[in-house]
Amino acid sequence: MMNAAMRVTADEVRVQRAWEVLQGVLDPEVPALSVCDLGIVRDVLAEADGIEVVLTPTYSGCPATEVIERSVIEAIDAAGLGPARVTLQRAPAWTTDWISDDGKRKLREYGIAPPSGEAAVAQERPIRLIPRQAIECPRCGSSNTERLSAFGSTACKALYRCIACREPFEYFKPL
Amino acid sequence: MTTPSIEVEQAPSVQYLLRLADTALILGQRLGEWCGHAPVLEEDIALSNIALDLIGQSRALLARAGQLGGQGLHEDQLAFLREERDYRNVTMVELPNSGSVGPSRPGDFAFTVLRNAMMATWFRLIWERLRESSDSELAAIAGKAVKEARYHQQHSCDWVVRLGDGTDDSARRLRAALDTLWRYSPELFESDDVDSWAAANGIGPRWDTLREPWRSEMKALFDEARLPMPADTAFRSTGKRGVHSEHMGYILTDMQYLQRAYPGGAW
Repeated sequence: MMNAAMRVTADEVRVQRAWEVLQGVLDPEVPALSVCDLGIVRDVLAEADGIEVVLTPTYSGCPATEVIERSVIEAIDAAGLGPARVTLQRAPAWTTDWISDDGKRKLREYGIAPPSGEAAVAQERPIRLIPRQAIECPRCGSSNTERLSAFGSTACKALYRCIACREPFEYFKPL
Repeated sequence: MTTPSIEVEQAPSVQYLLRLADTALILGQRLGEWCGHAPVLEEDIALSNIALDLIGQSRALLARAGQLGGQGLHEDQLAFLREERDYRNVTMVELPNSGSVGPSRPGDFAFTVLRNAMMATWFRLIWERLRESSDSELAAIAGKAVKEARYHQQHSCDWVVRLGDGTDDSARRLRAALDTLWRYSPELFESDDVDSWAAANGIGPRWDTLREPWRSEMKALFDEARLPMPADTAFRSTGKRGVHSEHMGYILTDMQYLQRAYPGGAW
């Protein structure tokens, strides 16, 4: 029979393993990033008979939220750590500042310019009277780029064009 | 056989949320009509993205309204199974995308971006205040939505400036859109028992407190876009009290058909 100390250790191991499993669960819309890189896993808790994963949604209307929820449950169950339960937590609101440094590097390698810090959000003005912060092209590194549209193929990205290498690219918008 | 309508709780706690939720829902539905029809691909994508954000915000608010209503109503029941009089969106968002151009075109782009600019500015202002709500769930929804509204506002205001300060034709169309839309704006700033109750209980602001900040942002936008600040009229729309324009029934027919004809249908 396990004593209390042994149970705590066993729970810690299960939580640790769950985090490792979640490193392999990818965002369906940006498959370069895991849910951990994206910073949407707020907590992993050991329950008596399974694992609870606390997720925070990125955008209010993001259609990937439900897919991610299902993938998380399937991955935890498949690793034998289940049954898994997902709870959604809205506050504090997700911000792109929670994307890990590793995640930002992966984004750049995938061809998406990673978001700049929270300061960039404050710089967004209702009317474009001041120039916006220059975004670096993820292909050639030039800052000579222009925004084509604030909205890209998904809610979280904007469309840009590099004037130096002439390639279009996407920018993960700071939020 | 069709699904029967649901009854809606009339308490101000629920009505305050429904006004916000329905305003986001119906504007989202209108913007969704642009999908596949916008003048350029980038705008098709932008309008659909904004629609998605609005519908997402509405879902969260409807879910909260369902919890507070005490009848255990689900967000989908509230979205799809109410009668027209129980929708509490402001009238401005239910006007057809064609604006003053008339139904011969699927939509008037100037009308659409101007309405988006007016509504996104209003939403951003109210979300900023709702972050301080004594209802922690509403505060959490607002914390997320305010950031989305900022992008909506910026994008649509950029277009208002581009069209207003563009060609003679684009400026003429934008002015026509303003003539149509302006008379619907007072509804966004009139207070009554519902928002007075919300303010007294720390839930959210009285809508009349949003009027001056909104007008000053609109003035800055119109100056930049070379639009005149329109004169106010005596006309008052009443959508938030459930009395809608003739356009509302047609939107609900589109929105509700599936759930009414195939109860609980899902895919």
